Amino acid sequence: MNKKKEVKKIFFNSEEEMPLVAMSVGSMLYNKTGAWRNIKPVIELSQCIKCGICWKFCPDAAIEIVDDWPQINYDYCKGCGICAEECPQKCIVMVEEEK
Amino acid sequence: MKKVIMGNHALSYGAMLSRAQVIAAYPITPQTQVVELLSEMCADGTLNAKFIKVESEHSAMAACLGASLAGARTFTATSAQGLALMHEMLHWASGGRMPVVMGNINRAMAPGWSIWTDQNDSLSERDTGWIQFYCSSNQEVLDTVIQAFKVSEKLMIPSMIVLDAFALSHTYEVVEIPEQEKVDAYLPPFKPAFRLTPDDPHAFGGLTSPDHYMEFRYKLQKDMEKVPALVEETGKEYEKMFGRYLGQVDDYLCDDAELIFVTSGTAGYTARVAVDELRQKGIKAGNLRIKLFRPFPFEKVRSILSKVPKVAVLDRNVSYGHHGIFYQEVKSAMYGQSAEPAIFGFIAGLGGRDITRNSFQEIAEYALKKERPEEEIVWIGVKK
Repeated sequence: MNKKKEVKKIFFNSEEEMPLVAMSVGSMLYNKTGAWRNIKPVIELSQCIKCGICWKFCPDAAIEIVDDWPQINYDYCKGCGICAEECPQKCIVMVEEEK
Repeated sequence: MKKVIMGNHALSYGAMLSRAQVIAAYPITPQTQVVELLSEMCADGTLNAKFIKVESEHSAMAACLGASLAGARTFTATSAQGLALMHEMLHWASGGRMPVVMGNINRAMAPGWSIWTDQNDSLSERDTGWIQFYCSSNQEVLDTVIQAFKVSEKLMIPSMIVLDAFALSHTYEVVEIPEQEKVDAYLPPFKPAFRLTPDDPHAFGGLTSPDHYMEFRYKLQKDMEKVPALVEETGKEYEKMFGRYLGQVDDYLCDDAELIFVTSGTAGYTARVAVDELRQKGIKAGNLRIKLFRPFPFEKVRSILSKVPKVAVLDRNVSYGHHGIFYQEVKSAMYGQSAEPAIFGFIAGLGGRDITRNSFQEIAEYALKKERPEEEIVWIGVKK
């Protein structure tokens, strides 16, 4: 998932042009679920051992590996905290969201 | 090759000959020997399939869906409370267009606990978007599994093969086991147009807005409407290759009948004995057995029942507060037809109580005596 990619809403005008099932209908990219977040994970990269466990556990695929380092995509991260819970280094902390 | 096998094993052989690739099942009551034999076949290499033992029927169906979406031919079996526990996943199977084939042994719903037959389990799943076949012999069970995979995979709609507990499931009958090469020729490998694969990643079943949801359901219904013709086509093709026709309905002495018993499952065989007895007494009775229940075979049912003055529908189920479910369905199919027979509804055999020749004699007596039905439900065999 590349957050820099422009996300357009997919819209079909007739059933004939639609797939048989709800398959990549775009809602998962279009809906920026990051707005749901109350607390957000912050990675202290100086402690990170690049094990990839946070990337693997993220249920929303909101953690990307960029040049070997984990990077959180806040457009989609809902702040569930699973990455912080699973991090063996405990270098991901959940901080209060300020608006 | 002929074998003497029980109905449960007819399902297992059907899945084996169809070369099911993944079987996920929960092995405890109300499960039957269907998956027991399949697990043995997987263990001894007779069947090259992955057998997944799970912790509940909900998980069994969930595992089947994952496998089916990944492109595997998938089979499972259950009964009663087990089917009810799958309910949510049944919608995922049809809405996600995953052509799983499942055997369901009709067992009555608890409480009180029952392992005997009635149809309320499968009929409670009437509106989940599954094709439903109600079988009446072990041979038909085996043959229909193979046909169901063909129909399901062509239209990407799951199928349920339904059979009566004990009356079929544990009853031994002579069954012709078709040759594997011929089954392979009839049923080619499953090659879906889309599947879950890392080579072409897609998100399946994601949030679908009101802009599109209705169209997905429209497509499912439109494809459901193609099932009767496809059952006809594949049933005739099966007859050509194996000598046994597999249709939507099965009619017995209906052409000149004055009274037709409409039945499903094994009750049809009993009905036919009653039909013969009535004909000896000069009463022209007939039997229409509905095999394909979803989608409903409107055309076949209408063409047969519009020629007869009286119809007696036998239900081994009840929609509480309404009446028998096959009775509702037959009445709805005949409503507004130019020749509409008087249709009577009878409920018998709940929870495995026997439906006998005498039950049908009682039904015939009632239906022949009255001009129109006077009660919503006529109960047969209740100790009043």
